[in-house]
Amino acid sequence: MPQLVVNDPGLSADPGPLQEQPDSAVRQYLKKRSPGKFADGAFGVTMLLSACSIFLIVALIVFTLAHGSKLSIHAFGWKFFVTSAWDPVNGDFGALTFIFGTLATSLLALCISVPLAIGVAVFITEMCPARLRTPISFLTELLAAIPSVVYGLWALFILVPVMRDQLGPALAKLFGWTGLFSGDNFGLGILTASIILAIMILPVISSITRDVMRAVPVNQREGMLALGATRWEMIRTGVLRNARIGIVGAVILGLGRALGETMAVTMVIGNRPDIAKSLFAPGYTLASVVADDLYVSALIEIGLALFLVTIVVNAIARLLVWAVTRGTPSRVA
Amino acid sequence: MIEPTAQTKLDVLPSPPPLRNSRVNTLHRMFFDHLITGLAILSTVLVIAPLVSILLYLLYKGASSLNLAFFTHVPAPVGEAGGGMANSILGSGIILTLASAMGIPIGIAAGVYLAEYGRGSHLGNAVRFTADVLNGVPSIVMGLAIYALIVVRQGHFSALSGGVALGIMMIPTVTRTTEEMLMTVPHAIREAALGLGVPRWRSIISVSLRTASPGIITGCMLAFARVAGETAPLLFTAFGNQFWSANLNQPIGALPLQIFVYAISPYDEWHRLAWAGALVLIMLIMVSVTLVRVVAGRGILKGNQ
Repeated sequence: MPQLVVNDPGLSADPGPLQEQPDSAVRQYLKKRSPGKFADGAFGVTMLLSACSIFLIVALIVFTLAHGSKLSIHAFGWKFFVTSAWDPVNGDFGALTFIFGTLATSLLALCISVPLAIGVAVFITEMCPARLRTPISFLTELLAAIPSVVYGLWALFILVPVMRDQLGPALAKLFGWTGLFSGDNFGLGILTASIILAIMILPVISSITRDVMRAVPVNQREGMLALGATRWEMIRTGVLRNARIGIVGAVILGLGRALGETMAVTMVIGNRPDIAKSLFAPGYTLASVVADDLYVSALIEIGLALFLVTIVVNAIARLLVWAVTRGTPSRVA
Repeated sequence: MIEPTAQTKLDVLPSPPPLRNSRVNTLHRMFFDHLITGLAILSTVLVIAPLVSILLYLLYKGASSLNLAFFTHVPAPVGEAGGGMANSILGSGIILTLASAMGIPIGIAAGVYLAEYGRGSHLGNAVRFTADVLNGVPSIVMGLAIYALIVVRQGHFSALSGGVALGIMMIPTVTRTTEEMLMTVPHAIREAALGLGVPRWRSIISVSLRTASPGIITGCMLAFARVAGETAPLLFTAFGNQFWSANLNQPIGALPLQIFVYAISPYDEWHRLAWAGALVLIMLIMVSVTLVRVVAGRGILKGNQ
């Protein structure tokens, strides 16, 4: 009886004649070529290992920095972050001047670049004639492609003289009463460093702000305009208000970039011991100072602190941006 | 005294602020609209001005200092005229080759894992987040970490450590672009390949990666261009060298390092060379990016028709 059932064409899809048919050309080719399960498994494992190597790299960086700064952490403890001594000869180190320099330049750079970046983003997404949109966004993205050492070079030879001879005296005359612009003006210093930082982080902030603004539904804009709003009122209440969380994220991402920027700042901040230094001023002198253990350890501890701060800042920023752009297709830089 | 009527009682209640004269109101709104438009245009101009200024000065100062010696000579000692950056150009080439050899394969493989195997899984999300974290690590910190990891152990600066530092910096960019490009490959194509009995590894390489290859190549070039101009990680690793060196175990010169050293020096002759070096660096980055785009557009690397 079972034989009858198997041979019944109504129950199974007539397997008999099929089995005797020779394999199709494609299947023959594949049978000859495909190394089968082993290759599949090996390929998958290789991809998995590569993905996991990213964990390994980050873990290695954290471990190396923590291990390298052990000496300095033991020697100075928390005092390291609140004292301002940096004396390689007597082995006394504190990071306060660097922390102050980094915070001052980064925050000042944000103050300069955030209004400009939002202005550019608003112009490109809402106002710009379609013909100009691509070239202008290309130009602003091009700012991101310039190496920071070239920014430093330009700042050192073009921006510094302008700051020293034109902009600096003008600021001192206008705002001298605040006491912020007192003292000798060499053109080098925190303000110049902030300006160059602002130029460097601008493309980051403006391109993400643009993505976030584009994620706001067109209905919102049409609704506002249909109610008789002017274009600015539409942008303010219809677009910026909806995108504000993402814009905050973009600003924080810019902050993360500014905190970690080294070369251009080193070149224009004027690494003098008696003014507030950048976090990275000692990076260059490392090569010229006889590298004793404690000195290197103190440097690495600064690196560790910077690493942890930028990770926290970036994680917050990513979450904020993700909260707004989630659901819209991501744009590849 | 007159009893307050219902009407006057109502008037005592806080009333809404009086409407502004409608004409003044319209003018006010129009004025603000135009003001903001003007400010947006102004900020765009202010942003593009430094870019134009940088590019013009690079061309003006760099081109006037470029000559054949720049490409064939090693740096001249202080006080002597002439000299070039030939050893730094070679050094940059070596370091970048090392970095690409390390960063691009790992980056692409990790991207393949994210898009083809780990889509939506917890491990995939963790890898994605870690890649973003790695992307945000300041380049100077990367230099410090590699310094502590390799240079201190080896006891000397080396080209190899510079290559490793830059290679690690390439990985997150390559990974994320590869993933995003693979995400755009339609499922139907994969299903067609698997339906024909093609093994999974083969379908990933010949179908998914091949379809997405133009975007992946662009991502690799972006990563390359980004690390090509990096100076900070090389300060602690490759260190720089005034002489010819192609030894992976020795300090080696690099174009960005040499530009930095010359820019902060007090000599006019060296400033001149720094401008020329910056121009060459930007040209090298742009030429290599364009070259790969062109090759990818027609050669064997071409993906979709």
